[in-house]
Parts: sequence; structure tokens; C-alpha cells
Amino acid sequence: MSAQMAGVTRKPIAKLRSMGGGWLEKVCLGLLVLFVLVALFAPWLSPQDPTYGELGTGLVGPGADHWLGTDQGGHDTFSALIEGSRTSLAGPLLVVLVSTVAGIAIGLFAAWRGGWVDTVLGRLLDVVFAFPALLVAILAVAVFGKGMTAPVIAMSVAYMPYTARLVRGLAMQEQARPYIAAYRVQGHSALYVAVRRLLPNIGPTVLAQSSVNFGYALLDLAALSFLGLGVQAPTPDWGAMINQSQAAVLRGQPLSAVVPAVAVVVVVVAFNIVGENVGDRLAGRKT
Amino acid sequence: MTVDDHARTLLQVCGLRKAYRTGKTEVVAVDDLSFSLRAGGALGIVGESGSGKTTTARMLIGLERPDAGQILVQGEPLAPTVRGRAARLARAKAVQIVFQDPYLSLDGRITVGATIDGALRLHGLADPAARTARTRELLAQVGLGEREAAALPRKLSGGQRQRAAIARALAVEPAVLVLDEAVSALDVSVQAQVLNLLSDIRRDTGIGLVFVSHDLAVVRYVCDEALVLYRGRTMEHRPVAELLSDPGHPYTQLLLASVPRPDWDPDSISRRRRELGPAAAGGGA
Repeated sequence: MSAQMAGVTRKPIAKLRSMGGGWLEKVCLGLLVLFVLVALFAPWLSPQDPTYGELGTGLVGPGADHWLGTDQGGHDTFSALIEGSRTSLAGPLLVVLVSTVAGIAIGLFAAWRGGWVDTVLGRLLDVVFAFPALLVAILAVAVFGKGMTAPVIAMSVAYMPYTARLVRGLAMQEQARPYIAAYRVQGHSALYVAVRRLLPNIGPTVLAQSSVNFGYALLDLAALSFLGLGVQAPTPDWGAMINQSQAAVLRGQPLSAVVPAVAVVVVVVAFNIVGENVGDRLAGRKT
Repeated sequence: MTVDDHARTLLQVCGLRKAYRTGKTEVVAVDDLSFSLRAGGALGIVGESGSGKTTTARMLIGLERPDAGQILVQGEPLAPTVRGRAARLARAKAVQIVFQDPYLSLDGRITVGATIDGALRLHGLADPAARTARTRELLAQVGLGEREAAALPRKLSGGQRQRAAIARALAVEPAVLVLDEAVSALDVSVQAQVLNLLSDIRRDTGIGLVFVSHDLAVVRYVCDEALVLYRGRTMEHRPVAELLSDPGHPYTQLLLASVPRPDWDPDSISRRRRELGPAAAGGGA
């Protein structure tokens, strides 16, 4: 039995590996792994304390002391980039985790119950859809105050309908297949069939969508920090770094703003490419 | 009816009716269907697409609720709604089904052996060693071995998958097994193997078979009696040999003539089919 369980957990990884994909996707996947590793080991990797600003060495160019220069306040940009990857990636990760779990629960419930439950949930999702994620997040900040918590909760709610609608559609399609009917006829409970049997069959496609969502959530959270509503200084964050470097850009020394901006773009694009390619290939899955 | 008769009559269907409503129009899929099935018996339900055969099959396994009528399995009425684990398992033990499409009726993520293992565990076989032995036994019964047991469905042929689906249904040890066009998706030589297998199972286990098919040749091979459905109504219900040698109803004659053979004339069949029209449904049964 344990061998079977191991087979089930090992399979997605082996499947991903066997799918391979183009060089672009491999590069993007490599970049994502690199960023995750950097975020995990940030305190050991960053050469200096990014919260320590030496006013005498503000806005110096790249050099041996500061590989990517410093910002206006003399903070080391390279160290801030590395330390900032933690908050910049943890925020979207939370958003994606919460919105995916909630979206799966709602989508699966709507598809399984069908009828008026499905209709009511569908209309409610439409209402949530109508609010742009960023707007909801700004509202949440206005009500609950600055910081990470309010925007993350607000954006989890705003991103949930995307997953819920996808799950509902996939589950409806999958439910029509006779293997689901066979499980029911065998006497399995509805909950068991929906969660343990149907969900794993649509899981990979849902995960692909979630990884695309991750990119957008990162972008939105960075935008919030840039507006000064998200992560607050001195906590290093890519969006906040761009915000603090506005003056530097005006003084013709944009490096300390360009570095975190490039990091945001690279991670968002990488997540989109990996997510969409995996999703595309899974869409034509199964024989 | 005596108690003894109850024990031997596996399945009794009385006055079964099912209609579908779309807006204001009502389409009667099955109307006043009655039949009974004895232990070890095999009944063919024959008809063209849209004649109500699949609706009948789905009502027998509880995926559709009949509008009227009763289904008795071993003398016990099937409950219209199933609540709770015990009721679900009892229902499963009454009737199982093998679906038409072997490519979609097995969970593509799980090996054939694990699928059967899951059915056995659900139905109270707690000991893993006993389950493994029983899985092996069930698969052997349908002619599958260790290699197939360890394979995912997509690694198997259509015939092998349909055997696995039969083994999965048998794992529940149902009183009645419904086969909904179960060999239609298979090519002819594989069809013959699966039909032989079904005859063997019927002889060995005393299970009752309800064989839903559009194919009279297949029904002749497996069933003792056949029931011809046309637009949800019973046209004829007679022993198979008699039905085939001396078809009474024009629709049955048409079905027989529709089987391709050397002097087969598709044009005349489609003409006769049009002439038959809806009027025939009224004059049947």
C-alpha cells in the first residue's frame, strides 16, 4: 500500500520531467528555482544588511563594495534584492495558496451540486470578478491599515473566482465521464469521489492556472508596495525598493530602481511561461 | 408469489416510466416498462439510439430516478434516494454496471489492480492480503494477469479495459449486472472474447445479466430472452431464438433487416424506417 502511495506522489514530478518542454520553459523553470533558493537562503546570501544605510555612500555605482550600487539612503541594492525576494515571493505565495484552496472548494461544490446552487455561486463569483484585485487591495488597506496582511487577504478573495470558475468547468467536464458514475455506483460517497478521485484528475491543470496567478499576484503586490500601501520600510521588498528609488531616478541614477523592477518582470514572465506551457500541454492530456 | 419464487427472481421491474422535460415539451424516454429476471438469466434490451435503453440502464443503477414504477432486486424495492453508507453499499450490491466506453469508464490515474482493490476495501474487505488475493482472483476470472493489474488503463487495449471494468463490477458481488452497450466499442474478435467471458461468468456465478444493446447478433449470443424497445415502449418481449426466427413487430423486422449482410439494402431500410414513424409506438406491446 505504501508503495502505491509513493507512486501517486512521485508521479506528477516524473510527469513534469517527462514533459520536458522547450528551452525557454526550461530557462524559466531554472530561474524560478533560483529565485526560490535565493529567498530561502537570503540571510546567508546577502553580503550586507540591506536595512543599514550609510548616508555617505548614497547612490554609488556598481563596484567591489556594492555589486549593484546603493540607493539614495546608502542601502546596498544587491543585498536588498536578495532579502526583498522573501517578502516579494511570500506574499503572492500566500495569495495563491488561499485563493486556490478556496477556489477549488467553491468550484467543486458548484459543479457537484449543480442546479440552483451552481447558479447562485456563479452569480456571486461574477460579483467578485467585477472588482479589480488592486482596487480591492487598496480598499482593504484603507480599512485595515498598511502592511502585508490586508492586501494579501483582499487579493486572495479577488483571485479566488479565477480558480473557482476553472475548477467548476473542469469538474463538470470530468463528472460527465463514466468513471465518476462508476465510483458512485460502487457505493462511494459523493465527497470521496469529488475530492479523492475527481480532484486529482483535474489537479495539474488547476496548478498550472495557479502558477499564472502567482505572477499576477506578485505584480499587484509589488504595485501596492510601490504605492506605499504594502510592505513598509525598512522591510526590504522589491516594490518598496522601486518606491524609495523614485528620487534616484529623477537624479539620473536609476539603477537602484531598475534592479528590483527587472526582478519583478523576470519572475512574473517566468511564472506565466511555465504556467501556460504546462497548462497547454495538460489541456491535450490523456488518451 | 411464494418466498421461493422471490429468491429466484433477481430483478423485477414494474411499470417503469421516465420522462424528460425541456421547457413545455415532454419527451417520454421510457414508458410502462415491466420485466423480470431470474437468477442466472440474461435479458437483452434491444433498440436503436433514443429508444430508452440507456435511460433504463441508468434507472436500474440509480443514476436516474424513475417518475413511476418500481424496481425490486431480490424482492427488495430499490430506494429512490440513497442516504448513508449502509444504503449506498446495499444499493451497490444490488446492481452494478459496465459502461459502453472502456476508454472513459476507468480512472486514468489509478492502476487496474488498485481500482479493484478500492472497490473491495469499500465493501468491507479489510485485510490487505485477502484483498490482494481476491483482486488476483477477480482479474483471473476475466482473463487478466499480474501485468495488467499493475498497468494504468491507458496502457491496456480496449478489450482489456472492458475486462477490467467487468472485474471491477464483479468485485462488488452484485445480484444483477447491467451491460450498457458494453461490447459496442470493441472490434469483432474482441467482442466475441468478452461475450464468451460474460457467458462463463453467468454460468459460474448465477448473476443476472441485463444486456443493453442495439446489436441483435450480440444479444442472440448472450441472452435467453429479449425485449425490443421503440420510443420508450416495449414492442416485443420473447425468447431470443423465437424473436429472431419469427419477428412479430414491424420494428423488430426492421432491426433484423438493418444488420449488414450480403443482400443488405440500406435505402429500403431507411425508407421503411420513415414509414414506421411514431404510429408504430402506439400499436406495440
